[in-house]
Amino acid sequence: MENLIAPLIAAPLLGAAVLLVGGRRLDRVGHWIGTLLSTASFVFGLILFADLLGKNAEHRTLTQHLWTWISVGGFQADVTFRLDQLSMTFVLLITGVGSLIHLYSVGYMEHDERRRRFFGYLNLFLAAMLLLVLADNYLLLYVGWEGVGLASYLLIGFWQHKPSAATAAKKAFLVNRVGDMGLSIAIMLMFTTFGSFAFGPVLSHTGDASEGKLTAIGLMLLLAACGKSAQVPLQSWLGDAMEGPTPVSALIHAATMVTAGVYLIVRSGAVFNAAPDAQLAVTVVGAVTLLFGAIVGCAKDDIKKALAGSTMSQIGYMVLAAGLGPIGYVFAIMHLVTHGFFKAGLFLGAGSVMHGMNDEVDMRRYGGLRKYMPVTFITFGLGYLAIIGFPGLSGFFSKDKIIEAAFAKGGTEGWILGGAALLGAAITAFYMTRVMLMTFFGEERWKNQPTRSPEAPSAEPAAETRGEHSEPHPHESPKVMTIPMIVLAVGSVFGGAFFSIGDRFLHWLEPVTGHSEGDSPLSATAVTGATMVCLVIGVAIAWARYGRKPVPAVAPRGSLLTRAARRDLFQDDFNHVVLVRGGEHLTRSLVYVDHTLVDGVVNGTAAGFGGLSGRLRRLQNGFARSYAVSMFGGAALLVAATLLMRAV
Amino acid sequence: MNPVNYLYLAALLFTIGATGVLIRRNAIVVFMCIELMLNACNLAFVAFSRMHGNLDGQIIAFFTMVVAAAEVVVGLAIIVSLFRTRHSASVDDASLMKL
Amino acid sequence: MSFPLLTATAALPALGAVATAAVPAAQRTAAKWLALLVSLATLALAITVLLRFDPDGARYQLTESHAWIKDFGVRYELGVDGIAVALIALTAVLIPFIILAGWHDADPLETGSRRWRPTQGFFALILAVEAMVVISFEATDVFLFYIFFEAMLIPMYFLIGGFGDRAHEHGEETAATQRSYAAVKFLLYNLVGGLIMLAAVIGLYVVADNFSLQEIASARANGSLHMATSTERWLFLGFFFAFAVKAPLWPLHTWLPNAMQESTAPVAVLITAVVDKVGTFAMLRFCLQLFPEASRWATPVILVLALISIVYGALLAVGQRDIKRLVAYASISHFGFIIMGIFAMTSQGQSGATLYMVNHGISTAALMLVAGFLISRRGSRLIADYGGVQKVAPVLAGTFLIGGLATLSLPGLAPFVSEFLVLVGTFTRYPVIGIIATFGIVLAALYVLVLYQRTMTGPVKPEVSAMPDLRVRELVVVAPLIALLIFLGVYPKPVTDIVNPAVKQTMSDVHKKDPKPEVEAAK
Repeated sequence: MENLIAPLIAAPLLGAAVLLVGGRRLDRVGHWIGTLLSTASFVFGLILFADLLGKNAEHRTLTQHLWTWISVGGFQADVTFRLDQLSMTFVLLITGVGSLIHLYSVGYMEHDERRRRFFGYLNLFLAAMLLLVLADNYLLLYVGWEGVGLASYLLIGFWQHKPSAATAAKKAFLVNRVGDMGLSIAIMLMFTTFGSFAFGPVLSHTGDASEGKLTAIGLMLLLAACGKSAQVPLQSWLGDAMEGPTPVSALIHAATMVTAGVYLIVRSGAVFNAAPDAQLAVTVVGAVTLLFGAIVGCAKDDIKKALAGSTMSQIGYMVLAAGLGPIGYVFAIMHLVTHGFFKAGLFLGAGSVMHGMNDEVDMRRYGGLRKYMPVTFITFGLGYLAIIGFPGLSGFFSKDKIIEAAFAKGGTEGWILGGAALLGAAITAFYMTRVMLMTFFGEERWKNQPTRSPEAPSAEPAAETRGEHSEPHPHESPKVMTIPMIVLAVGSVFGGAFFSIGDRFLHWLEPVTGHSEGDSPLSATAVTGATMVCLVIGVAIAWARYGRKPVPAVAPRGSLLTRAARRDLFQDDFNHVVLVRGGEHLTRSLVYVDHTLVDGVVNGTAAGFGGLSGRLRRLQNGFARSYAVSMFGGAALLVAATLLMRAV
Repeated sequence: MNPVNYLYLAALLFTIGATGVLIRRNAIVVFMCIELMLNACNLAFVAFSRMHGNLDGQIIAFFTMVVAAAEVVVGLAIIVSLFRTRHSASVDDASLMKL
Repeated sequence: MSFPLLTATAALPALGAVATAAVPAAQRTAAKWLALLVSLATLALAITVLLRFDPDGARYQLTESHAWIKDFGVRYELGVDGIAVALIALTAVLIPFIILAGWHDADPLETGSRRWRPTQGFFALILAVEAMVVISFEATDVFLFYIFFEAMLIPMYFLIGGFGDRAHEHGEETAATQRSYAAVKFLLYNLVGGLIMLAAVIGLYVVADNFSLQEIASARANGSLHMATSTERWLFLGFFFAFAVKAPLWPLHTWLPNAMQESTAPVAVLITAVVDKVGTFAMLRFCLQLFPEASRWATPVILVLALISIVYGALLAVGQRDIKRLVAYASISHFGFIIMGIFAMTSQGQSGATLYMVNHGISTAALMLVAGFLISRRGSRLIADYGGVQKVAPVLAGTFLIGGLATLSLPGLAPFVSEFLVLVGTFTRYPVIGIIATFGIVLAALYVLVLYQRTMTGPVKPEVSAMPDLRVRELVVVAPLIALLIFLGVYPKPVTDIVNPAVKQTMSDVHKKDPKPEVEAAK
């Protein structure tokens, strides 16, 4: 059965190769080839899943060795795949949600002349992500890791003729590369510590290594996770990544890419368990990011950017849970899966809204859309209820567990982390309600927009550059787009309950990640109650601000915090001033130094010899008698020297 | 007579020749001065031969004469052709060999 | 006596060069085809060498030895180890692509120009360079190596100075001036290095009374040849200086950007992918084997210089406005990695460095040749003159991107394997240097993506709107290189299998062993 693992990755990889090399001939069928191969991968995943379920919990690990990749001295990297409960969960999420997004894109990208290539990139994305979760050693994981970075680069910059898209793609790749640096240093540290970087030898020998080394490895892994999962301080690429087509956002945020960091931390659980300092760092990063993302999400008027802030925040929850150690690993993954459902649903819903609104993304130009897009409204609404943790829906089960686990960490840390998680829940309720109200309720602000002729520039110059000038005619999206949304909505509603009843998910994952009940100062009921109170407060504030009062079509100036949040809490400005400007100055001055100093020394030497020879040339004046004088002078000197030597 | 006096004479002749080479411009005169220097050397060689009681100096003197004869042939030919083209026998006029 | 395979591999392109040069002026196309066929035949011979070579056999194989200048003990001695075999194969693989890519680079200019381009000469010179590079890889006699190491400069000088890009923004006269500046700079730098090496070669003869690499190395190993510490160090520095100029190592690098900028793209590939490799190869073969103590003594300084090369080259690449200069500075950064790997003195570092030489050759060839195709279409080397090419010529842009991704060492492509090996090899012994060098991978992403973004994405500039996509000949050049990049990235075993035993030998020459991992060491 393990021989099915390689085809699982090979199917989308083949799709990418065929679609990208095949050329224009495949333009008419390319999207179906891509969807078919991604679905094939999902089917392989299901078969393997059935096989795993038929085995004892202890024997649910399959490995497939293909070939030795690199072997130099003690450095041995194999192309070996490992399928256990953890990677199986990811495989099903990636291929399942991924296939739905493929299907959706068939409709969404229908009018794009480069659709075939888009599907090629999507398939590449899936293949890279599958390689990432199925690798049996960190170096092979690294291949998938960077492959995901490459695919996201290609997809975010898919509309390359837009300079903003090209810049966003470059930014995403570069920020990810900083994280990749962390992963490569972690691998090197593993090699010097354990003599190997395969999961088996590393994770089973953590007891023999010094804690300092393990902490270093853990921190480097955290750096890697920060890059890929858009955690503070490497989160800046995620907002800009919205430049890509909307299905890409759904894929990046729900099924692939940002979940990779959580996978890495949970997979390396043994390392973190033995390095409490690194673990603490993980929880801090998670807590900070969950608040950071939530605050940013509150201020954005661009529907996709608001959702991006939300992703950042939800991944923050997962990272926080993963940092809690065995108390949290299972819940991190559970939230990851439920989040995969509802976030994909939300993004596809947002895409559907944009599709019907001439690609308008500003929520202040939406409003009252529920009548025009009933299916989108219902599926988006269910996703919304799931993400804020409405009782009974997916998010309720998974997020609640994380908050509980945060309190269970114990001590002051537990209170701080738990408090942050609770606060995050309130803010989540606020900004998601805001998105919901601004988009589907209220007055129809897209009607009777001020005419935007060059003579009378609109009050909001930014709006002028985007979208169409004609009034949009909102309409429901075609079936090929709504069906994936419906499927995802079903998942968002029932996923959490299905996993939680009888602790199914816990029993499934426990053999890989381990699990321990923490010592919580609060009872489970108390935590749930507090969460519910936060939820109600968040929704109420949002209702008071955006439901009761009409939403102004032009963004008000807002408080200091709002303005800061609109600018991503000045993180980009910091990057721009310190890294971009600083870097430009550095390279420019280095170019100058290279030209004047390093090259100058060489050219100076050459010029020096040239000048010297120019002087010496004057001695060669052509007068025979002056040559004779120098001869006599030389002879006289020689004689004098000889006499002198004799005298001495 | 003390052979050392011949050496004094040779030194005197050499100095006169060298001064002539350096200060005279006429190529013929310069040429004659060079001959004077060569002969001064010959005189010295012969004197040394006499002083040391062997024939080496005399043999070298013969060599010098042969070289001097060859030099006269080549040198005079150059001077004549120079005079023909430039109508001047001044060495300072022939200063084209410079960079 | 068996067939002298190594001599044949070097002699065939040499004879081909003579034959190509002798083709009558009117038969220009015939000369091109002749050169291409000769290079392909050389490739066949190189593959034969590869197949006949037994990785687990003797250290030097296919050896040939004849007396040459008896008075000085100079012998015509050839032999290859795994490292040499890999590099000979690289050279033989790249030359046909270089010839094919430069198919029209030496065509006569349009009427009205005063300059005449000797087509035959261009291809003959390339073959001559190939012959000399191959024999440099094969020579196991120090003097024989030195002769060809230096003689290589002559054809390279003419290739750089005589053939430039067809169009030039400042006109043909300025271009010729800049070309000759670059060519003279190239020649002077390498001559100075070579002369210092000559002094060291003579010094070595005085000490060892022999020029044979194998004899000196074995005499040093069994202690029968003793060198005073200072003598060894001076000789080492003499050799190393020449190789560091050729490689090039910071701060001896400034000739490379000029040379690559002014020459045509195929010649630029010839410089950086083939000729420069002789420098790094010679560090492994001569510096480490002849002067093991001195090599260990100089390691810290060389590692720091290599590290500076890595970071400095990458930073300067970011700041370049000229596509070819950018690639040149990227190469300087990569040569830093190679030298770092060699002097990290671990098996991962040295195998990685050898693999790096091969991979860097292929990846630079892919990137630079596509850049050359791009430049020939627009007639400008300035990045700012391009924009939106992706929309007009998607295949060209795609291959350019793959070349770029290989340059930034994307996993799955060949350079990743070697770069990671070098980094790991360095890290196990010198963690701090390894970590700083890792910054190079971020900077590499920066310069490659900035280059790609500025040239290929964004709105289409009017000047490039009519740009044709890759032609068949150009595709024939690029596609196999990309296929090789992917193949060696996924399955580098064929190269590492050949290289590993040779590296093991070199490691024992310098009396170094890989550091043990912490956990195993504890047991």
